[in-house]
Amino acid sequence: MIALTRFADSDFVYRFRRSPVTVGAAALTMFFIAVALLAPWLAPFDPFDPAKLDIMDARLPPAWRPGGTMKYLLGTDNQGRDVLSAIMYGSRISLAVSVGATGFALVLGVTLGLVAGYLGGRVDNFIMRLADVKLSFPTILIALMVDGIIRNSLPRELHRDIALYVLIFAIGISNWVQYARTVRGTTLVEKNKEYVQAARITGLSPVRIMAQHVLPNALGPVLVIATLGLGGAILTEATLSFLGLGAPATQPSLGTLIRIGNEVLFSGEWWITIFPGIYLVALVLAVNLLGDWLRDALNPKLR
Amino acid sequence: MGRGEADLIAFIVQRLINGIVVMAAVAFIAYLMFAFIGDPVASMLGDNATIEQREQLRVQLGLDRSLPLQYLSFLWRAVHGEFGISYRQLQPVSQLILARLPATLELSIAAAGLALAVGIPMGVYTGLRRDSWLARLFLTVSLIGVSLPSFLTGIILILLFSVELNWFASFGRGDTVALGWWTTGLLTVSGLKALVLPSITLSLFQLTLIMRLVRAEMLEVLRTDYVKFARARGLTDRAVHFGHALKNTMVPVITITGLQLGSIIAFAIVTETVFQWPGMGLLIIQAINFADIPVIAAYLVLIAFLFVTINLAVDLLYYAVDPRIRVERAGALG
Repeated sequence: MIALTRFADSDFVYRFRRSPVTVGAAALTMFFIAVALLAPWLAPFDPFDPAKLDIMDARLPPAWRPGGTMKYLLGTDNQGRDVLSAIMYGSRISLAVSVGATGFALVLGVTLGLVAGYLGGRVDNFIMRLADVKLSFPTILIALMVDGIIRNSLPRELHRDIALYVLIFAIGISNWVQYARTVRGTTLVEKNKEYVQAARITGLSPVRIMAQHVLPNALGPVLVIATLGLGGAILTEATLSFLGLGAPATQPSLGTLIRIGNEVLFSGEWWITIFPGIYLVALVLAVNLLGDWLRDALNPKLR
Repeated sequence: MGRGEADLIAFIVQRLINGIVVMAAVAFIAYLMFAFIGDPVASMLGDNATIEQREQLRVQLGLDRSLPLQYLSFLWRAVHGEFGISYRQLQPVSQLILARLPATLELSIAAAGLALAVGIPMGVYTGLRRDSWLARLFLTVSLIGVSLPSFLTGIILILLFSVELNWFASFGRGDTVALGWWTTGLLTVSGLKALVLPSITLSLFQLTLIMRLVRAEMLEVLRTDYVKFARARGLTDRAVHFGHALKNTMVPVITITGLQLGSIIAFAIVTETVFQWPGMGLLIIQAINFADIPVIAAYLVLIAFLFVTINLAVDLLYYAVDPRIRVERAGALG
């Protein structure tokens, strides 16, 4: 309780409340997360239940357009799926994959950074060389090739079942470098300080020193990288799914919905594409604004 | 030989070794795909082929030989630009890629040119008149441009200019003219019109990047003493801004654009899918969807080679421009 009041009185919260854009972005992000978590209860329809789909309801425009009904607020797609429900369920998959990918990148990057910085020498050299190689290719290209290669290496049925995990791996593996670099930098500075030497003399294991003594010093920057990385991961996931890789048609993410809509764009049914598109951009914008603010707020140089 | 030269040679050698190691690793992955994924004979012949037909094709593709031999022959042929026969289109992969290369290069270069031609003036303007409403508008729009995924930009442009206004075709390259093996869309009206929407889509992200970069550099340079001195000498604003300030912002702009060329070619995959532009990007996406392993392997090797070359060139350029930069520089560039 005391910790909570102290947090509420801190500079951090004060600065947060002084920035209306950031408060808005945070509220919007919370809203998107809530919608994603509660989609099965909030959505008017279950877009994955073929028994409830009625092909007679296909391609209905949004409610306010001629021919639209209040039953389908944002219209329906070419299979008669409610666009609003599909967006809610789609954002669930988009967020699950990008949060998973960011978490995977974070754990991988932080571990490699700690190991490289703490052990130094050849291990350090090898990890950082690997980081250089990774950085010389664009993220989207690595994610695309990793997903494409794994997709074609696995039997079709197996891949369909684990497609989302493959996607998490592909996006995560293309995003670990920034964490590793930052954590390595901090580790190089901290490992020569007296408290780390003291910990070493008392006989603590290197793993424990790295995790409990060195790592906490790097958590601020890691949090910033993770927030900004989440925005990027959402975009990468959407792009891969739009290209027909990424999320399978049975578990459509926002990118998949946009791809499905794009296929019927010419018959004038813009709502199938545009509404998931707006939702995606709003989501990325909110997360990025939050990340930008966090970066400035945690940077003592800018205070 | 001076110390500087020895450093330079060591630097180049180290970069070259790095590049070769990367290429060998990528070629190994490509070979593994070749050797172990799927059954090429089944995917080329379909289910109705006889056992003799299968065996004949197996020998023809060299699949009857031992694995190390296959790897060596894979490397040998890869160095000579031969990557076997596409499972899906039954044509040599090198021919397929060569036929698609001009489309991707024309699109990428048009996009890079557009990004420079529009991004630099916008950057200069927002740097010089940072408080005007137009500069603020540019900056706000660029923030949205960064958050907008490029496939969505393409879809919106198609919706506006193809579906609603019917000004431009929404897919393909239009009519092309063959100049030897190079097919160009730059010599016909429909080809040029077809280039407009895809190149805008592809350039948008780089455009905002260049604009912000030029703006930041201009603000930086305008604060320096020699610009103040130039003003004190009574030079006109025009001479100071364009003769002194802009000239000095160009070095980072050129290097960043060079680096971005690789990323433009990578993002061309997305643009080509949206506009059904018959380039290498569309080829690779179709190959991944149809498990056309030789095409995927060849693309992997080719794109890795492209990036290794670009990075090497940019490293050397950096070194030439600023001798203070040593090998550690690689660490600073995100």
